[in-house]
Amino acid sequence: MTIDPKNMTCQEFQAHLPELIGSGENVANHPHLKDCELCRALLADLETIAEAARQLLPIAEPPDELWKQIESAIQREEAEPDPA
Amino acid sequence: MQPPGPNHESASNGVATDQPPEPAQPVPPVRFSSAAAPNPVEAEALARAQAGDHQAFAQLYSLHKRRIYSLCLRMVGNIAEAEDLTQDAFLQLHRKIATFRGDSAFSTWLHRLAINVVLMHLRRKGLSVISLDEAMEPAPDDGPGRSFGATDLTLAGSIDRLALEQAITDLPAGYRLIFVLHDIEGYEHNEIASMLNCSIGNSKSQLHKARLKLRDALHRFPRREARP
Repeated sequence: MTIDPKNMTCQEFQAHLPELIGSGENVANHPHLKDCELCRALLADLETIAEAARQLLPIAEPPDELWKQIESAIQREEAEPDPA
Repeated sequence: MQPPGPNHESASNGVATDQPPEPAQPVPPVRFSSAAAPNPVEAEALARAQAGDHQAFAQLYSLHKRRIYSLCLRMVGNIAEAEDLTQDAFLQLHRKIATFRGDSAFSTWLHRLAINVVLMHLRRKGLSVISLDEAMEPAPDDGPGRSFGATDLTLAGSIDRLALEQAITDLPAGYRLIFVLHDIEGYEHNEIASMLNCSIGNSKSQLHKARLKLRDALHRFPRREARP
């Protein structure tokens, strides 16, 4: 049974939200949001989180010792006879 | 041999048509939103490294270590594992670098290589990369019947970056993986589904739940006082 978007409860709207967001359509125009402040706030928060995530940059520098370990591992591999 | 400086990131993103080396699953090419001009320093180091120049390989490490380490750290949420995986990724790179044909941006190719290393590691650990149970069965605190979004709890359009990073680290593994791949790294649901061998609907559902958990965590995070 298809639910009329205009008559959706918050529960029904939020159950459909992953698909609505994932579809790429403009969820902000959904009829349920016209009169539902709670769901509008939810959607705004989710969009804010997604936007903030897009702006995250590389966070951390690996320790200096890591290169030494990589270099040692490369040298060990090159010293091993080719299994072929 | 020390990796030479300066330590800056290659920001080159482009359209990838190369297949990544030894993919865990057949995956479509990666697309990023911006294309940057090739970095001439990287291009020269890459050519020399492909010819077996160790100093040039060290230079490539310096250029990309931060981005690859950050990717690993975000995907697994554990410093020791992230270090091991970064090492594995660069060892893989050393083995495979001669096969890079240059059809795509080198950074894109390396990025996908690193993701494959992480995914293979998670599978070896026995962790179901995407736990269907986790994705399909709503936890008591994230079901759709909950009253979301009281107006006094809205994030008001701004998020503390450190709070977001911590909240991402605290996510359950499956949620974190999807969120990092989609919202931070820019992969599409069909690409993630292919990488993780799950359905597109599952990817969408898991991402949504990850965002809901982040929202809850961010609402609990102490707000900074507004600056005058």
